[in-house]
Formats: sequence, structure tokens, C-alpha cells
Amino acid sequence: MFCVGVAGVLIRRNAIVVFMCIELMLNSANLTLVTFSSYLGNSIGQVFVFFVMTVAAAEAAVGLAIIIAIFRNKKTVNIDEINIFKW
Amino acid sequence: MINLIYLTTLLPLLGFLINGLFGRKIKNEKVIGLIGSATIGISFLIVLGAFIQTLGLPVEERSNTVNLFSWLNVGGLQIKFAYLVDQLSLTMSLIINGVGFLIHVYSIGYMHGDNGFWRFFSYLNLFIFAMMNLVLGDNFVVLFLGWEGVGLCSYLLIGFWYDRKFEKGTTSQAAKKAFVVNRIGDFGFLLGMFLIFMTFDSLNFKEVFARAASFPVAESTFGLIALFLFIGATGKSAQIPLFVWLPDAMAGPTPVSALIHAATMVTAGVYMVSRASIIFVSAPAIMTVVAVVGLLTALMAASIGLVQNDIKKVLAYSTVSQLGYMFLAAGVGAFSASIFHVMTHAFFKALLFLGAGSVIHGMHDEQNIQKYGGLKKYMPKTFLTFFIATLAISGVPGLSGFFSKDEILWSAYANGGFVFWLIGAITAMLTAFYMFRLVSLTFYGKERFDHHNVHPHESPALMTVPLMILAVLSIIGGYIGLPKVFFGEHGNLFEGWLEPIYAPAMNKLALYGDHTHLEEILLMTVSVAAALSAIFFALHVYRKNPQIAENVSNKFKGFYNLLLNKYFVDEVYEAAVVQPIQNGSEKFLWKIFDVKFIDGMVNGVASLVEKSSGVIRKIQTGVAQSYALIMVAGIALVLLWLILSL
Repeated sequence: MFCVGVAGVLIRRNAIVVFMCIELMLNSANLTLVTFSSYLGNSIGQVFVFFVMTVAAAEAAVGLAIIIAIFRNKKTVNIDEINIFKW
Repeated sequence: MINLIYLTTLLPLLGFLINGLFGRKIKNEKVIGLIGSATIGISFLIVLGAFIQTLGLPVEERSNTVNLFSWLNVGGLQIKFAYLVDQLSLTMSLIINGVGFLIHVYSIGYMHGDNGFWRFFSYLNLFIFAMMNLVLGDNFVVLFLGWEGVGLCSYLLIGFWYDRKFEKGTTSQAAKKAFVVNRIGDFGFLLGMFLIFMTFDSLNFKEVFARAASFPVAESTFGLIALFLFIGATGKSAQIPLFVWLPDAMAGPTPVSALIHAATMVTAGVYMVSRASIIFVSAPAIMTVVAVVGLLTALMAASIGLVQNDIKKVLAYSTVSQLGYMFLAAGVGAFSASIFHVMTHAFFKALLFLGAGSVIHGMHDEQNIQKYGGLKKYMPKTFLTFFIATLAISGVPGLSGFFSKDEILWSAYANGGFVFWLIGAITAMLTAFYMFRLVSLTFYGKERFDHHNVHPHESPALMTVPLMILAVLSIIGGYIGLPKVFFGEHGNLFEGWLEPIYAPAMNKLALYGDHTHLEEILLMTVSVAAALSAIFFALHVYRKNPQIAENVSNKFKGFYNLLLNKYFVDEVYEAAVVQPIQNGSEKFLWKIFDVKFIDGMVNGVASLVEKSSGVIRKIQTGVAQSYALIMVAGIALVLLWLILSL
């Protein structure tokens, strides 16, 4: 599931999809945490998941806001065309 | 009052700050002039108070140190900012503040209406501040502070009229010349200071001089120190080989020539040699050098003075010549005689310059004496005072110059030898001649100026009153140093007053062989007779028969031109020093070293960075996904390495 996310981030061109792939990676990490938590009988992992979910929610809000802002400026969400990092 | 001595530097500094910072806004000449003069006047009163207080002390307590603050404290080097109030520094301070005050007052009249009035007074005050530090400092570092300070003020004031022409160039060039030549001397002085610190591990006067008297130091070391210090003195006091700046310094306003380039700053070298007398007497070879240099300078400058036509130039060469006398005195071990001459010279030379300023003022900035003539009836006060000063400098008995000059000539004979005396006496004769030539051409004879354009007039009281005071001083100034031969040991108050300063040096120096009083009186008579005959000859030639002078100059055309062109010293320096440096700097240092090497290095680094970054910047595609890909690859590699290393 994590690898699917990574591949999505690297390959897809639509910013929304890339964004969703990042969520995918986060959730795969969550899943791993929960699994190991129940397997080892240690509840700290589950507590940690809540933190990750909170951060993910905040990140989603900010990320979407950025994408909307970029769309308003550039009329596109294709990340090939968003190359303002370039010199 | 001794404890208040710091006010004598603080007040001029204050005057400098007020006039320098707010002078442009004050505008009112009276206020500016009052601030400038009052600070010096009050300082003079303080010095006078300290002088009277010191006179009241027993002889062994007359040297007092006033500690102000600790200035430098680096490792073994501890420099206190302290003033040494003793007989020598008090004498110098009295001259500086007394003559300085009169010149300040005079300047109010002389500089009236000048655009830079406030600037002038702030510089003058700054000069007094620096000069007082020079003579009051109780160690070589404070002395050096003043030494450099007066050099700076000299530069500022020579170039005061920076928009005017001066001879072949501008006044700024004259100022630059003075500054650069002075710097050469200062470099020597600095080396001397380093050597003193290395040898005696201190720069404090008292410590250094005490150790110089007791430490087992090689004579060659003393010689080197004395030589370096003397090089410094030749720069500041315009001696061979560094005298060339002083005649050009006449580009400045005349009160400046009187204050800085006649009465005070140029005597700094004499002061320093006389302060470090113990070091100089420990190096007999250098003492001879000092005496010979002084003698040659005196003779050479006097001979140049014979033919100059600019009133200030004549006085400038006369100053160089008189300074040569002072060094002659110092060189033969008559330090108090040299300081005595500093004092009398300050009176009559300041008076001569101020008188010349008054003439120039009345003649609408004309300085060529060939275009004067018959000014006696237009400027009676200036004439009278100028005449008194001329008598004084010519060594006519009864005036101050006679006493100091005679003492120097006698010491030159007693300690140096007959040749020293002879050249000194010839110089005295030349001095009398060119001074009376100056007086005759200026005040007597036909009126050679253009009556339509020039209307000579007497100067205002602000200028003539200082002249009169200086004239009185020029007459009576000598009576504190009466010749011993007539008045016994107690006649020469001046020498008795300064004696404790030179006692250590005198112990080292075997002085005064057996000379009878008859010899002294005889020599005195001869030199006076020579001076008087020169005076009458000059009056005869220039008042009655001007064609004689022309005939003589035509007969000895080559020699006349040599003198007129100042022995071509300037040209020789230009060809031997200035040109090679300029050419070397331009052709090699600038065109090759700077352009090719320095610039090449700097530009090379820049272009290297530019080119390499041109290659590297291709990596930055700006596409976030490619960054992410590289990141993932990196993480994968790190993971792989971790797993493999487990």
C-alpha cells in the first residue's frame, strides 16, 4: 500500500491525485502502526496513530488550500507545468 | 593650576568642536572669532598659573605628572594618557598659547569676510590641541599623537584655500607635499619609538631617560635610536633633506604661516631632540650629524633667501635657516640655547609673518616684493613692528634675537669648533642682508605698484595690536637669557630654569673647554660687526642703488639662477624620487601587477564560480516529482545499506 502511494506520487501528473497518494502513504503507515501495536500488545502505537490522523487532517486542509491557490493563479493542477522552483 | 593643565588641551578641543560642528550655522564672525580666541586665551592663563605655581616650588619638585586615564594596556605595553608639567613643557606651552592667542586675535581681522571663516578657526583650535598634546605628553605615544595631529592640521591649513592657484600647481598640491614629506619623517620617528620600546621596555619619558642613563646599552643602539628620532625631526622641522615642504607651505593663509610654519609646529623637532637630550648625547656621532645638518640647512636656506621675490618665501627660507640654527645648538649640546632660540624666534618670526600678512592685506593679496616699495608712509604701524622684528632676527644687540643667536654661536665655537662658528656667523650675516633687502624693497624706495588698482592702507586695530605686543616681546624676550660673560652665572635665567631637564645629559657630555672671556667677547663683536655691515650694505644697495643688485645678479648669472631655483632640490627630488615611484606605480604596479595579477585573480575566481554553476544549475529542474524520485532512491539506498550492514 505504501509502495502504491510512492509510485502514485512519482508518476501521476495531477496534483490532486498526488495529494491523495500522500494520504495513502500516511494511512499505510498508520495501518502498520496499529498492526504492530496489537501484535506486540503495546498501546502506544495506537495512540500515535491518532496523532498521525490529526496531522494528516491538518495537512490535507493546508495542501488543498495550496492547490486551490495554485489553480487560481495558473489555471492548472498539472504539476509538470508548475515548475516555479526552477532557477 | 598644575592639576588643571588638562584644560589647556580640552578647551581648544571644545573650541574646535563648537566651531567645527556649528560654525556654519553661527555665521557671525565675532562669535566664532571670540570662541576661537577665548579658548586659547583661557588656556594661556592656565599655563601661566601653572608656570607661576611651578616657579614657587623647590627645584627638585618642579617636574609634575598629571595622570588623566589609562590609554593603552596591551601585554607589557602600558600607556597612560598623562601630561608632564615641567620646565621644558611649560616653556613651550607658554610660547604656543601666548603667540597662538595673539595670532588668533590677528586672524579675526585677517580672515574677515572669508567664506571659510569658521573652518579656519576650528582648524586653528585643533592645531593648538594637537600641539599642546605634543609638548605636554609624558610619553612618546602622547607626543606622537600630537606629532601626527599637528601634521594633519598643517595639511588642512596649507590647503585651506583649496580652490586657489599656487605657483605652478594648486594649494592642495602644496598641502599634499607637506603631508607626504612629513610622513617620511614620521616613519623614522615611529621606528625610533619601536627601538626605544625594544631597548628600554617603556615609552614613558621618565623611565626611558632614567634607563638610558643607567642601562648598559651599546652606543650603536643609541646611535640608531637617535638617528631615527632625528629623521623624524628633520621632517617636522624642515631640515635637509626634508625641508622642501616648508616653502610650499606658504600657500596657506598668512596667520597659519606665522603660527604653524614659524612659531610652533616646526619647532616640534627641536623640542623632541631637546626632550630626548640624554639619548642624543649618548650617541656622539649623531650629535655631530645633527649639528652639521643644522649648519648646512641654515647656510643653504639663508642663501636661497637672498634672491627670493615672494615676501612669504623669503620668510619661509629664513625660518628654515633659523631652525637650522636651533639644530646646530642642539647638536653641540647647547639644548637650552636651542629652546631659547625657539622662544625668541617664535616672537620675531611670528611678528614678521603677521607683518607680512598685514602688508599683503593692504596690498590686495600681492606678494611680490618687486611690486611693493615706499609702503612706509601708508602703513606706519606695520612698518615699525616689522622693522623691530627685522632688527631682532638680524642679531642687532639689545633685541631678543641677539641674545639667543649669540649664545648659539658661542656654543658652536666652544663645543664644535671654529668652522662651526664661522659658517654660523656667515649665515647670520646673510640673514641680516636678506632681511634688510626685504625691508628696503617693501617699505623704502620708489613705489613700484600700480596706483590705479592698488591703494595701500593700514590694517585694522585687531591686526596691529597683536603686532605691537609681539614687537615688545621681540625686544624684551631676550633679557631672560643674558650672556654669562657679562652678567655672571645668574644673568642667564633661562638656562638656569631649564637646567634640571638637561642635567643628566650634561653629566654625560664633556663640555666647554678652556675658553677665555676675551675670546667670547671678541667673537661676539665680530659677528655683530658682520651683521651690521651686512645691514648697511643691504640698505645701501636696495635703497639707493638698485642697479648694483642687478649688476651682481647679471655677473653671477649661473649662481643667481641656482639660488633662485632653490638649488634645484625640488627638481632633483622630482626626478630621483617622485618620478620613479610614479612611473613604477603606473607602468608596473597599475598596468601589470594590478590589472593582470590582482584583477585577474579576482575576476578568475568570479568566472570560475560562474562557469561551474552554469553546469551545476541544470540539476535544478523545478519539477517536484523528480526531486521526490531522487529522495526515494536515496532512502532506498540508505535502507539497503542499513540492511546489508546488519
